[in-house]
Amino acid sequence: MDILVILFLVTGLFFFLGGAVGIIRMPDFYSRLHPAGKLDTLGIFAMVTGLAIYNLHHFSFDALLLSAKMFLIVFFVFLSSPTATHSIVDAGMRAGLRHWTKKKRKG
Amino acid sequence: MIVSGNGIAKNDGKPTSTRFKSFFSFLVTFVLMFLTWIVLSGKFDPLLLWLGGISSFFVAYYFYDLLFPVMESGYGKVFFRFIGYMPWLIWEIIKANFHLLYLAFHPRMKELIDPHIITFKTNLKSDIAITTLANSITLTPGTITVTADSDGVFRVHAIDRESADALPGTMLKKVAKVFGEEI
Amino acid sequence: MTTFFLSVALGLCFLMLFSLYRALFGPTVLDRLIGVNAIGSKTVILLLLIGFLYERVDMFVDIALAYAFLNFVTVLAASRYFHKRKGLYEESFMD
Repeated sequence: MDILVILFLVTGLFFFLGGAVGIIRMPDFYSRLHPAGKLDTLGIFAMVTGLAIYNLHHFSFDALLLSAKMFLIVFFVFLSSPTATHSIVDAGMRAGLRHWTKKKRKG
Repeated sequence: MIVSGNGIAKNDGKPTSTRFKSFFSFLVTFVLMFLTWIVLSGKFDPLLLWLGGISSFFVAYYFYDLLFPVMESGYGKVFFRFIGYMPWLIWEIIKANFHLLYLAFHPRMKELIDPHIITFKTNLKSDIAITTLANSITLTPGTITVTADSDGVFRVHAIDRESADALPGTMLKKVAKVFGEEI
Repeated sequence: MTTFFLSVALGLCFLMLFSLYRALFGPTVLDRLIGVNAIGSKTVILLLLIGFLYERVDMFVDIALAYAFLNFVTVLAASRYFHKRKGLYEESFMD
């Protein structure tokens, strides 16, 4: 059981690492949104799954309720993350920010 | 509240079917709110349960048409088809996440990616179908919905050619099937 | 297991530094917003881990939930506030 928890946590940490590196390396802010919005969401999903499994070690009704509450966080993040991403993209669009393309780099 | 023209008008101006539908959506909202209260509080004192029941009653009474605005006859069917849609979506998210992870760690990333904006038109009618498609596109990495208006026109920012090419195909078909609309 | 949780929490703090770089030196305001959002989503997990370390998960899970809500509202409000400012992004393609 502990191995499963460790596996989930390391997977989540790896996703977070990918998100952080992507945020640093991407050329413009539209493409920075891709790792920021999505890899973090999946990282939260993996890590909360691992923690919820660890929480169910000493099985009781309270522990079950607590794990349900943790998955409420995941549900909320899955619902709110596209909305937040969309609102940032919309703000950039209305400000007239152009996106990075390959041709621009050559010229 | 908009009262539909067909249906037999009662004394208070509401047809029976509309009244039943609004009561049903009130009931669903109430149960949902009460379950959320129980999960969030985690205690089973009679006082706390009463407080939760009263507050969810008021929320459901005033805002029942916010969460489930139209209770058509096939609503339960749509719900179960949506549940069936979820595993495919999650699998797609995981698959595309690994693709994005590969892009982020690639040493020559700037040659691999090719950000551009694509526009495509769909025939989706209802707001909830358009919202579901837009959120699904945003959740799938590599593509972000920039605008989605009520005519079904989508503008999508894609990070490379591969994720842009896969776009209006399978996901649109699945969403249209879930909400029972023709493409 | 406590040691493992502690090291995961330290790793998360280290990753926050990456996002903090973007939040501090981002060329546009929206880049900073992305950095802040990424830090917030890591903080949710960090709060849960702190709960496990202190063995008070029942309390810290509420704090984490509230923090997730707050993070979402922050991003939404800030991006709504900044989308009227035209001409704020002139120097966005410096590289």
